[in-house]
Parts: sequence; C-alpha cells; structure tokens
Amino acid sequence: MKTAFSITLALGALLVAAAPGMAQANSDCLTCHGDAGMQDASGHSVSVDAHKFDASLHGSLKCGDCHTAIKEYPHPDQVTPVKCDTCHADEAAGLAGSVHSVRAEHPCTSCHGDAHAIFPKDDPKSAVYPLNIPRTCGACHGNDAVAKKHGLPNVYPMYIDSIHGFALSKEGLLVAANCNSCHGSHHILSHNDPQSRTYKVNIPKTCGSCHAGITADYMGGVHGKAVAAGKLDAPVCSDCHTAHAILQPTEAEFRTQSTPICGSCHKEKFSTYRDTFHSQLGSLGGYVETARCWDCHGAHEILPASDPRSPIAPANLVKTCGRCHAGANASFVKYQPHANAHSRKLNPALYYVTLFMNLLLVSVLTFFMIHTILWLIRSRYDQVKRRSAGGGKHA
Amino acid sequence: MPDLEPAANGSSEQSRAGGRYFTRFTRAQRYLHAVLFTTFLGLAATGLPMRFSQSFWARRFASAVGGFGTIIFFHKFFALVLTLAFLIHLRVIFTRGVVNREKGIFWGATSMVANWKDVKDLVGHLRWMVGLGPKPQFERYAYWEKFDYWAVFWGMIVIGFSGYAMWFAPFFARFLPGWALNAVLVVHSEEGLLAILFIFSIHFVNTHLRPDTFPMDMVIFTGVESEEEFKTKRPQEYQRVAREGKLEERIAAAPALWFTNFSRVVGYAAILIGLVLLVLTLSAYFT
Repeated sequence: MKTAFSITLALGALLVAAAPGMAQANSDCLTCHGDAGMQDASGHSVSVDAHKFDASLHGSLKCGDCHTAIKEYPHPDQVTPVKCDTCHADEAAGLAGSVHSVRAEHPCTSCHGDAHAIFPKDDPKSAVYPLNIPRTCGACHGNDAVAKKHGLPNVYPMYIDSIHGFALSKEGLLVAANCNSCHGSHHILSHNDPQSRTYKVNIPKTCGSCHAGITADYMGGVHGKAVAAGKLDAPVCSDCHTAHAILQPTEAEFRTQSTPICGSCHKEKFSTYRDTFHSQLGSLGGYVETARCWDCHGAHEILPASDPRSPIAPANLVKTCGRCHAGANASFVKYQPHANAHSRKLNPALYYVTLFMNLLLVSVLTFFMIHTILWLIRSRYDQVKRRSAGGGKHA
Repeated sequence: MPDLEPAANGSSEQSRAGGRYFTRFTRAQRYLHAVLFTTFLGLAATGLPMRFSQSFWARRFASAVGGFGTIIFFHKFFALVLTLAFLIHLRVIFTRGVVNREKGIFWGATSMVANWKDVKDLVGHLRWMVGLGPKPQFERYAYWEKFDYWAVFWGMIVIGFSGYAMWFAPFFARFLPGWALNAVLVVHSEEGLLAILFIFSIHFVNTHLRPDTFPMDMVIFTGVESEEEFKTKRPQEYQRVAREGKLEERIAAAPALWFTNFSRVVGYAAILIGLVLLVLTLSAYFT
C-alpha cells in the first residue's frame, strides 16, 4: 500500500513537472485527496469523496476554481482558506453586516455543511433544505453553552415543540416557518436593529409573509394601528404568541397562558376579569372553554366598543355572549365582565352588595369567635374544677 | 347480630347514666342532618377550588379529578340533592305546622323560632362565661342551635338562589337587573365562604369539640341521649317534659354499639374533612 502510494506521488510529481503552470484536473488532486483516510499535519481530514462532490452543486467546478492558492504540486502544507465570496458576493455582503459576521466563528460551511457536498437548497440532502434548517441552526442555537455565551435564549427546543416546529418536523410541511422564514438567511440582524425582520415594528410584515389574512386583520385593529403609528407599547404577533414556542391557539395550554399576557398591559381589566366566574373557572385546568380576552374582544382585529364592527359593540353583545351562552338576551348581556366591586362610582350596586356581604361575614365570625373562645375557656375551667373537687379518677 | 350487643355490654355512658335514654331527634331529622353535612362537605370541597382558583391546591385538585368540568358537575349534583332535602324539610314544616296544626312548630318552647328567652339566654350565657352569673337553663333548642338552624336556612335561600341564578343565567336575566348577574357571584361565594368558615370552626367547636361534648355530640347520629346529658344540657326542657308527665313517652333504647361506632367514624371523617378544608381556605385567604 505504502509503495503504491509513493509510486502515485512520484507519478503525480512527474505529471506536474511535465506541465508546469497548467490547471490540474480534479482527478489529479483526487489522486491524493481521494484517499478516505487522508489527514493534514494537525489530524483533520483532507479527503474528498469524489462521488459526492461530482453529484454536488459544485460538481462541475475544478478544485482550483475554489482552491485558487494552489497552483502547483507539491503545494505548501498551509494553504489560504477558500473564499466563497469570489462567486457569492451578495451573500458575503449580507453576512458581513449580520450577527454572524465574524467569519472565523461562522464559516459558510457552519450552515452549508461539507464544502465538497453542497446541494441546492431545494434538495433534501442540503443542510439548508427547509426541513433541515432547524437542525442546522440548532447545532449552535440548541446549545446551552452557546446560548449563554451570547446572552440568547436556547431557542431550538422551543421552536421544535412549537406549532411551526411540529408542522415541519412531524408533518414535513415545506411551508411551515423555519428559522430562515422569519430571520432571513445571510443578512440576519439583531431584533434590536430597526432593519431586522424581527425588529418589533417589522414583525407583523414578517409573519404576514405567510399569515397574510391575519396580518390584514391585525393591522385594522387597535394594536396594529398603534404599532403602525410608532407606539411600540402595543403588542405585535410575538408578544402574544411568543417568538419560538408558538402554540396552537385553541390548545388548552395557550388558552390558559395567554390571558396574563394581555393582562401584563391591561392590568386593571385583568384584575376585574380575575374577579369573575370566567376567570375563576378558566384558571382551573381541564376546562378551557370559559371566555378569555379574545373570545369577546376578538384576537387580531380588536376594535373599541364604540366601533359598530366590534364584537363588544352594544349591538353585537347578544351575538357575542350567545356564542357560549345559549339563550343570551338583551338583559343577560347587561352583565359586566369587568365589573369593579371596589368602585362605588362605577358599580354602585355591586359595591354595596360586596360591602354588605363582607360586613356580614366579618361580624358573624367575629361575634361567634369571641363567644366560642370565652365558652371554651369557661367550660375547661369548670371541667378542671369539677374533676379536682371530685378528686376522682380523672383528677 | 350487632343490634343485640349493647344490651349485653352497654357503653360506659349508659352505665353512668343508669341506663335510661331519651329521644331527641327523629329518624327523619337525623337523615336530614346526614344529607345536609354530606352535601355540604361536597359543595365546600368543590366550591372552594372555584372560589380560590388561583391557589396551588385548587389547580392540583382540579387536575387530579379531571378538571373543572368534574368539579362543577359534582357541585351541581350536591346542590340538587341539598335543594331536594331543603324542599322536603319545608314540606314537613308546612305539613306539621299548617296542615296538622301541630303546636310548638312556629312558636313556643319547642320551636326553632327565636323568642325573648333566647335573648336572655345569650346575655346570661355570656355573663356566665366571664363569671358574672349562673349558667342559663336551656330549653329544647338553645339560642346558638337556633342560630345554626337559621344560618343554614338563610344560607340555603341565599346561596341556592344565587347559585341557580348563575346556572340558569339567561333565564334569570329575564327578571333580574343587569348588575344582579354580577352580584350573584359575590353573594354566592361570600355567603358560601361564611357558611364554610362558620360550620368548620364555630359549629364544630360549639356542638362537638368543646369540653362538655368532646370529641363529638353523638345525639344527631343516634337520635338519643342519656338521662344525665338531657338533664344537664337542657334542664328546662327536662323539667317541662317531666312536669307534663311525658318523660316516659320519650324513653328510647340505648344506641346499638355498632351504630355508635359507625356514626363516630362518619362524624370524625366529616370533621376531619371540614378542618382540612378550613386550613386550605385560610391558607388561600391569607396568601
């Protein structure tokens, strides 16, 4: 084997010597690099699978097209790295300004995989085929140490259990959002950058590239209008649905977790909602049908009660409440789902009923508590006295 | 077989009291109490998780039993049983007091209706507790027993009405004002809470856990009490019945030992459940 190898090397040297300055054929390089066990001085594999390479996107290229520094044989041990930029200038430019701009940490191959086995992105063998992207990105973004180092959440597990991740990994849906769908590919920017697709104001547009109908509804509602007007306190898609751990909205888990999300801004409404039957029942697991914020207010096209199109406009209440409460009528919808029992001004009747009930509770319990304690003390006193006076067996 | 045992062995109370037992409660009254406390415990156990749905134990309980749907199902079930018991009780009162014109139902020494003596007894009892006077001589129903009765009676109407108003809200909305639909939840939960706190602390201690009756007054289960108990707890009734020459009519057989033991187990279980619910309520209330 060793002898055969030496002979090949010698033959190769002869060939090179015979044609100085000429571009070598791939087969020339493969004479050495075709050996599956070939390693460089530091022990890294420098072998190339000729079959894979031929089938790959770059199969028609010559080694020297990329490895431009190697002009002759024998070539130096240390060769300058391949510059993909030469051909892929746009991608390189995008990458330069992105969060992955440090090239040493993020070589092209970190996402595109084996440089000699790169396939078009619509080929299932490609590392950037839609169904493979989460795993590719997850190699770093599913790693706790990486997440900690960069102060990022460990997003891969969240994503893969989300509605998008499920659709992608379990159903194999090409249209399911993968990392690139929202973040882009080469020009990925921090969500703090106003140019970023994940910058707050841009999120409705990003999600809307798939969810066009919902986004149109959203933009017509109070939150969408507020965000469009530059009021960044208003929620965008990800504020309610989260960014990565997005759940199916009809799922019990989403129904129970999302009311507090609305409540994180609408504090007073949340507090009064909490006093109602809707909330009390809804907090208990297993029953999620009780009205949550969006069951009455709508989810995306949220409109004030003054808007006749709003589900909470007075004229629409019978219909809105009637979706759960069969037989809801005009007097039934006078129920106030956000009544404040502590406000004498807003809800006088409820205020006084609550006051009366509290007074009744406190006075009855206080009186009888005193009554019972005194009674206990006196009974015990008599009992002890009786027993000691009797001098009986209990004394 | 077990019925014969007490005659042979007898309980210690029986031997102390010289063996004579007197009827205090009829079988129907004891059944009513049993239905009342069973359904009440059920209503409290299913109502409290809804009232304190934010507490950790409410959520655990809910998920353990299969969620809110199970809880409300049993809450409504117990409510229906208790409503039925209440209606039967009303019918009995009506039949005895109005149809049969039985004396002592609406007024008099044996009535549940409060009278001037109850006011005097309350004041006298409080004075006795602090050492300012003699212990009052109680009649058939002492003032705190009447309070217990009317508290439940009022509670039945208030909690029952507000509960059904929520259950059949669209129907009740036809004749209730809009704010009432908001108020019924407050009324239902506050009155329920009052009932729970009252029964599981005040009633338990007054009737069962105080030194004179500790650990449990068995008369509501067995229906009979010893002559000594009768004489010391309700001297005025004892004297009145003796005066009327009706003591003999009230003499009853001593309770069967198995039945007393059975009642004790049931009673202790009820008190234990009640105390656990009381602790959970207080823990949710003050956190």
